[in-house]
Order: sequence, then structure tokens, then C-alpha cells
Amino acid sequence: MNAEPLIELRGLTKTYGTGDAAFKALSGVDLDIHRGEFLAVMGPSGSGKSTLMNILGCLDSPTSGSYRFKNIEVQTLNQDQRSLIRRHALGFIFQGFNLLARTSALENVELPLLYRGYSRKQRHDLARQALASVGLPDKQRNTPAELSGGQQQRVAIARAIVTSPDTLFADEPTGNLDSKTTHEIMELLRHLNTDRGISIIMVTHEKDVAVYAKRHIHVLDGLIDQDSGS
Amino acid sequence: MLFNALLIALREIRRNLTRSFLTVIGIVIGVAAVVTMVTLGRGATQEIKQQISKMGSNLLILRPGQGWWNWGAPQFTIDDVEAIRDQVPGIRKLAPFVQTNASAVYQENDRNTDIRGTTPDYFDIGNWQIASGRIFTEDEVSEAAPVCVIGETIRKELFGEGVDPLGSKIRVKSMTLEVIGLTTIKGQGGFGEDMDDDITTPYTTVLRRLTGRGGGRNISQVMISGKDGYPGAHIVADVSSLMRERRKVSHNEQDNFNVFDSLQLADVISSSTKVMTSLLGAVAGVSLLVGGIGIMNIMLVSVTERTREIGIRLAIGARAREVLLQFLVEAVTLSCVGGITGIILAYALCDILADVVGAPFIFDPGINMIAFVFSAAIGILFGFMPARRAASLDPIEALRHE
Repeated sequence: MNAEPLIELRGLTKTYGTGDAAFKALSGVDLDIHRGEFLAVMGPSGSGKSTLMNILGCLDSPTSGSYRFKNIEVQTLNQDQRSLIRRHALGFIFQGFNLLARTSALENVELPLLYRGYSRKQRHDLARQALASVGLPDKQRNTPAELSGGQQQRVAIARAIVTSPDTLFADEPTGNLDSKTTHEIMELLRHLNTDRGISIIMVTHEKDVAVYAKRHIHVLDGLIDQDSGS
Repeated sequence: MLFNALLIALREIRRNLTRSFLTVIGIVIGVAAVVTMVTLGRGATQEIKQQISKMGSNLLILRPGQGWWNWGAPQFTIDDVEAIRDQVPGIRKLAPFVQTNASAVYQENDRNTDIRGTTPDYFDIGNWQIASGRIFTEDEVSEAAPVCVIGETIRKELFGEGVDPLGSKIRVKSMTLEVIGLTTIKGQGGFGEDMDDDITTPYTTVLRRLTGRGGGRNISQVMISGKDGYPGAHIVADVSSLMRERRKVSHNEQDNFNVFDSLQLADVISSSTKVMTSLLGAVAGVSLLVGGIGIMNIMLVSVTERTREIGIRLAIGARAREVLLQFLVEAVTLSCVGGITGIILAYALCDILADVVGAPFIFDPGINMIAFVFSAAIGILFGFMPARRAASLDPIEALRHE
């Protein structure tokens, strides 16, 4: 394992609201994550695990503390710079899929490539490959409404990996899926982690989903209270 | 980046065809209404001005009685005409005018028409051009010569289209008139009358040979043309006081004649059409506003969906400015398509309505610009402002937007 951590958190806090209404979602988290890890972040509702993941994914900014991603001090970056980190290094999978409605699977998968300025042919080729690698080679033209939940999540995964990111963030990726589909999706994520070397950070509260991960941390009241270690 | 934004924006427009269509239709209706109303209004104003100028520029007409009808008021004498010519300043030309209605006959054709008696200056005052032949001379007026100038309608009815009538003789009542000239076509007058349906002869000819009223008070109108730039109101005042004196109207009596000023009429009519144009324009402006509110409505309703869309785009690495550019391009595209379609539709409507209304079709770039800019501004403002707010959010907030 690489000595230099991929992600390094020191004393990270996040407070929502101000004054009496202030709510401390994270109260000083220290965490190192290395390349190639498959990390499951667990914890009850309101423990701060989603907040932690959103900050790690540069979707949200911390109130204080330090977050280094590949040696970049993320908390000092502005919104545009964080957008560029997301564009070039990160992929996201959400519980609610978050695909563009009324847009074909192929166009949804192409979307990140558009912002990377790829040519039409490159976009098509990469998007087709990505859809094929998640097992949907024949659903290119279908819109989300024409796909099952599991298929939509596969499209979302294809969209997340089409740019070959270093790190994949998954927020309750199987929360809206039945158990059979859940295991198919988790197998797919495990395959991406082991065969393609993509680091995966996944938030979940289901134990049988978490077992696919190699490392587990447990968050309670804004702090990591258990870490299975890498 | 711009090309990308354009590509994404066009995809979004295609993806949301109904919404795009409704946005565009709002602009189309607003723009088309304003442009049509104002264009037609301008056309009508122009048409009225043209009709009045056909009567002759700076034209004043002295008539017996008050208003349009002569309630037995005495007519004028040829001495009255000479007195006006000598004593009233600012007059370029003037001509006595008598009119009678009679049937004109040539071979087996006949036509019931106006026979006008006047002097050669009448042609200048009334803005009549000669298409072929000549007008009659002062000498012919003195001699009461049996000559006449005819309009195109008379030529058509009596001789046939394209037939040269010059030198032919037509019979009117018991006398024979030689055709010496043909006037150019004037078309319809300001009141819808055919201006080419008349026969003009020396007034002496009409008086001596047709109406049989030689001498005395027999001039039914005096046509007066003011000098360019000389105020018509002064001529009206001078002619009025001269006539009151000559016709022996006492202080406490009303005029038993009137002076009609075509410029004044033109002003009255064109100012009332202007009022009508503004009124129609205001109504059309309301429809533009309603169209604009429709656009706002559609845009605001779609904010929730669009906010999530913005969240997705930000999450996968779009920068706020890229998302904004996409929304701006979308709004500009829809507004421009709507604006241009609206203007095209307006011209199609004007083309049809111009015939119905009988007004010419006048392109006015100003109103096109105003209508276009206004609708585009609404479309862009309400397409862009919600996007601006959404793009300033942290992506996670935009994604959670319900």
C-alpha cells in the first residue's frame, strides 16, 4: 500500500446553522484512506456519515479542520476548483440514482465527458464501453423511466466510472433496491475495486452490504468510534 | 466551452420539448401581437395621409353654408374668386369650381358622371397629372370652348381600355365636347370614391352650355392652394373675413360659408389614428406582458427539476459558470426563436390583414426591436435567474432540493 494516503482528514468539523440552532454534524474527525481501499462508512441516521462522505466527495465544505486529497488542501479551494477535482478524480453514485430525466442512458453516461471536452466519437466509445462493463450494452437508447431501479443504478455507475476516476463515492447505493439487485450492484462495485483498482468509499447502514467492503468505520455523533483498519 | 454549452443547451431544449414549446409560444404571441398591431396602425396612418395628399397639398376649399351641406346659402361669384386672388396673401393658386352630374355618351356607350367646370390652375391645385394630351387653356376658358379632360374610368367606360380618346367627341346633354387630355390614374380617394371617374371642362363651358346659369352667383366652390410653408390658418382667417365683408354677413351672424383646410383634416385624422395605434399597441403590449408572465411561470415551475439537474451537473464536475452558460444559451435560444418566429408570424398576419384593412404594409424596425428585446429580456431573465441561484449552492444542497 502507498505510504502517502489518498485522503487525510485532521480535526474535521461541520456545523449546520448558527447560535442556539447550531447542529454539529461532525466534531473533529481524523481519518486516513489509502489508494485501492474499499471503505464502508456505517452508522445510524443522523450520525454524520453522509455529511462526512459529502465533504470527502467535495460536494460540501467543512466548517473547520483540514482535508487533504492527493496532497491538495481541499478546504482552501473555491467552488470551481472543487468542481475540477470532482471532474477529474471523483465519481459519484447516489441512493436516488440522480440521472437526468428523459435523457437516454448513453447521454447520461456521456455527461461527465462533455465537461471534460472529449470529442463526439470519444464520448460515444467510452460511454458504450462503460455501459457494457456494467452489463447494459443494449440499453443505450432507454431513458431512466424505461429502466428498472437496478438498471438505473448501473447507468449511474457507468456514468461514475466513464472518466476512470481514482475514487468512487457511493451514498447508500443499494438503498432503493431489492436484495437480489443489491448483491448484483455490490458485486459490480467489488469488481471495480479489485480489477480496476478504483478506491471506493461507500456510506451504508446495511450490514450485508457493508460486508463487500474491505474496511469498515463506524460513525456516531459526529465522531469515528470504530475503525476496522486498513 | 461555448460550443459545449450550446450542445448541452440544445439537448436540454430537445429533452424538454413541451416546456421549450410553451416558452417559445409565449414570446411568439406577445411579439406577433405587438408587431402586428403597431405595423397595421402605422400603415393606416400612412394610408390616410396619402389619401389626403392626393387631394392636393396645402389645399383649402371655400364652400357655401356650414359643414358639408349647403343649406341654401348663396354660392360665390367669379368676382369673389378675383377678390381672394388679389387681397389674400399666401395663396399660390386658386380656381373656381362648379360641378354638375350628367350622362356622357360616346357612340353606344354612356356613363353617368361628374362634370367639373374650372380653370387650368385646378389641375395644379388638385395635383392632377396629364397622361396624354393637354389641359385646356385660359383662352379656352374665356371662350367657353367645348373641350374636356377625362379620367381613366371615363376612358374605359366610353372608349375601352387602351383606346386613344384624344380628338374624339363625346356628347353631354345637348353639347359635344372634344377630348383633349387624359389624366393619370389616381385610384381611390380618401372617402373611397373613384377619383378617375370625371370629366373636367372650363367652368364657363359648364355654366353657359350645361347648367344654363350664365353670370351671377354660380361658383359652387373655390379651390385654393396655399404657398408652401405659409400657415393655412392665416389663409382661412383672411378668406373668411373677406367673404364676410363681401357677402355682407353682420357681426352677430354666423358665416354662411366655410373654408375647409385639408392639412387640418389630415392632422385631425392622423392624430386620431395615432391614438388608435397607441391603444392597439397598449392592448398588444398587455399580451406581450401576459406572454412574459407565462414564461416566468413555466420557468419558475421547472426550478425544482432544474435545481436537481444543476446539482447533478455540479456533482459530476461541471463548474458553476459552465452550468450558467448552458442556461443562458438555452434562454437566449428559446427567446430568439420565439422572437423571430413572432416577427415572421406578425408579417404573415400583416400581409393578410393589410388587404382587409386596406392599409399599406410598412416595416418599422423600431417596434420589432422593442418587442424582440422585451420578450428576450423576460425569457433570459427568468430562464437565467433561478439557474444563477441554484448554481451558487453547494452541489449537495442543489441535489437535495425538493
